[in-house]
Amino acid sequence: MKAQSIPRVAAKLLIPYILLYALYVQWHGDYGPGGGFQAGVIFAAGVILYAIVFDLRACQHALSPRIVHLLMPLGLLLYIGVGIFAMLKGGTFLNYSVLEHDPVHGQHLGILLVELGVGTTVAGVMISIFYAFGETVRT
Amino acid sequence: MIDLVLLALLVATAVCIARLRGLFSAAIVAGIYSLLGACWMSVLDQPDVAFTEASVGSGISTVLILVTLSLTTSEEKQPKHTPLLPLIVILITGGALVYGTVDMPRLGDPDAQVHRHVAPRYIHESPHEVEVPNLVTAVLASYRGYDTLGETAVIFTAGVGVLILLGGARRRRWVADEDGK
Repeated sequence: MKAQSIPRVAAKLLIPYILLYALYVQWHGDYGPGGGFQAGVIFAAGVILYAIVFDLRACQHALSPRIVHLLMPLGLLLYIGVGIFAMLKGGTFLNYSVLEHDPVHGQHLGILLVELGVGTTVAGVMISIFYAFGETVRT
Repeated sequence: MIDLVLLALLVATAVCIARLRGLFSAAIVAGIYSLLGACWMSVLDQPDVAFTEASVGSGISTVLILVTLSLTTSEEKQPKHTPLLPLIVILITGGALVYGTVDMPRLGDPDAQVHRHVAPRYIHESPHEVEVPNLVTAVLASYRGYDTLGETAVIFTAGVGVLILLGGARRRRWVADEDGK
């Protein structure tokens, strides 16, 4: 990781757009191709690109492993939470129609939250695995 | 035409991977193979699958294979047996798979069994029930919410498993270092 000016400049230009694109895929999964899973992977790819081109230590300073580890169960809990919340609202598990007064709005909200949960877990898992590998290589 | 070009490139990259001894370059060519697979999926009008293949197959898994290679060696050992044995196994498996496709319905056949079960309901009802333009998202997140929950749990479990495995290896080495001192 010494003098690698060209990859560094290219990565610096690309990473913000990769992360932005991941968010676009996340929130636009209802309208176009993609969804939580793809968004999580693309987001993780942006972070991993930063860690490869710059330094794992710098990357972990920006996005600490503790937070990344926290993201893994957080997404899954959000998913399960939506399901249980639907039960509390009087529906069945993961029945989004009862989340709002209008069943269609409830479906929209449910899909949005569930996809967010998937994306959070996937991004957390992918970055965590990369961090774990990277730390094993370094030590 | 583009089908034939893509298939020919897929075969060429597959042969290339099989012949390469350097694992580093083999991993890169495997990434190209996934990218071609993604192109193939978008030719078949499956942008969601193509998206996943492009991001996971050629993106993340290539990176993970490369990182794994930095933990081990990046040169494949010369196999002790002749290449004839794996070739025979592959020919038999491939032959069985091709034989299996004989019974499969034609691509896009509306009378195929899979298109007559729940698919018509999804196609007809989801514009009113879910009102999400992307039918794939509606099926994945709403109609098949349980399955997606299971998949998310699988990914979570896999991540935890990898972390425990690698963390355990690191701790053992650390303990060994301590003992060495």
